Amino acid sequence: MAFLSVNNISIKGIAACVPKFTESNLDYGWISLQERELLIKTTGIKNRRIAADAVCTSDMCYESAEALIKEAKIDRNEIDILLFVSQSPDYFLPATSIILQDRLKLPKTTMAFDIQLGCSGYVYGLSVISNLMSSGQFKKGLLLVGDKSSFSQSKKDKSTYPIFGDAGTATLLEYNGQAEKIDFNLQSDGAGYKSIIITDGGTRNPYKSSSEDLVEVEPGIIKSAKNLVLDGVEVFNFSLREVVPNINGLLNYTNTTLDEYDYIVFHQANKLITETIRKKLKVAPEKVPYSIHDYGNTSSASIPLTIVTQLGHLVKNNSLRLLLSAFGVGLSWGSARLKISDIVCPKLIEI
Amino acid sequence: MDIGDFIKKIENEIEEITPGVLKADTNYRNIPGWSSMHALIIIALIDTEYNVTITGSDIRSCQTVNDLFTIVKSRV
Repeated sequence: MAFLSVNNISIKGIAACVPKFTESNLDYGWISLQERELLIKTTGIKNRRIAADAVCTSDMCYESAEALIKEAKIDRNEIDILLFVSQSPDYFLPATSIILQDRLKLPKTTMAFDIQLGCSGYVYGLSVISNLMSSGQFKKGLLLVGDKSSFSQSKKDKSTYPIFGDAGTATLLEYNGQAEKIDFNLQSDGAGYKSIIITDGGTRNPYKSSSEDLVEVEPGIIKSAKNLVLDGVEVFNFSLREVVPNINGLLNYTNTTLDEYDYIVFHQANKLITETIRKKLKVAPEKVPYSIHDYGNTSSASIPLTIVTQLGHLVKNNSLRLLLSAFGVGLSWGSARLKISDIVCPKLIEI
Repeated sequence: MDIGDFIKKIENEIEEITPGVLKADTNYRNIPGWSSMHALIIIALIDTEYNVTITGSDIRSCQTVNDLFTIVKSRV
């Protein structure tokens, strides 16, 4: 069982950046107005932010990191580790984290690498960076997480296009001998790898001219092999099956109950999924914040984006006990228990 | 388990269905305005109310409300 406790790490700040450009699902003319209204009501997704062609995930993460470094007034030479978690890197190679090390003017003594995960990426990234820092040899670390999901979508695919939005976030972590431990419960199931997939463009199915061919998969879904595939029912059932036991596992491991948490912050997959999970857990609606209405499913950025936009006014001067739960592509999922106190949280950045 | 109760739950969850219109032998795909989103709503409802998982292939193989009810009943 991948239970994990990490000592001596506190979160010093969280920042998020989204594109300025807003697309409303009410204007999504590929489906009827009636279908659009049903989609908004069911998934909770009204608006999504879409990045311009020239803007990459790394650009949004860069802006978030700069805002955090400035507002926290830290010396960037003290950042010993930079981790970039994304499925929309700048290039096949080199790793985007290394480019960001230079762009953020971090010292060459900084360790930098990428992790390729989506929906579960924030919880996974947090577990990796905090664990690497907990021995005290690294004093400060930057976790940059996000995706430009719009990059791989077919506008004529009603099962993916109106769901995803773009965002890039930054979380600053610090070694602190007084910090309360952070706990994780991390899981994987590769048997479901086809449920959320881009089939062409990797080394298994290299990009070829036919990767561009548009095929009508079913009514309302026209896409090519370089576009994202999302099997809604499979992902829905996976989430309903696995998330509650994963959270219960974390609660058992930490000997805590849901009442002890101020907020349960879910990956913003789709409101029907998270609300069904919330009801199964018997958690009050006011304890589950949502950013999905205005930003859509922002992949790995969704948890930090929800904290910044929905809890930003609270985290600056309060101590909050949070349970984070993330699940999706891989299939990969996990949860984390942590306390955040008086953190730096710049206003949402728009570029 | 009663099919009348099952139908009522579906009607409550899906506003687009006028109460009383849905019958055991109704092919739910023929309901005006039926979409894949409704399938997800019904899967969520069945999970919450009966703790039963309905798969994509169940949805594809079923025609009527009664087909769906039979699956749920067999798995409770």
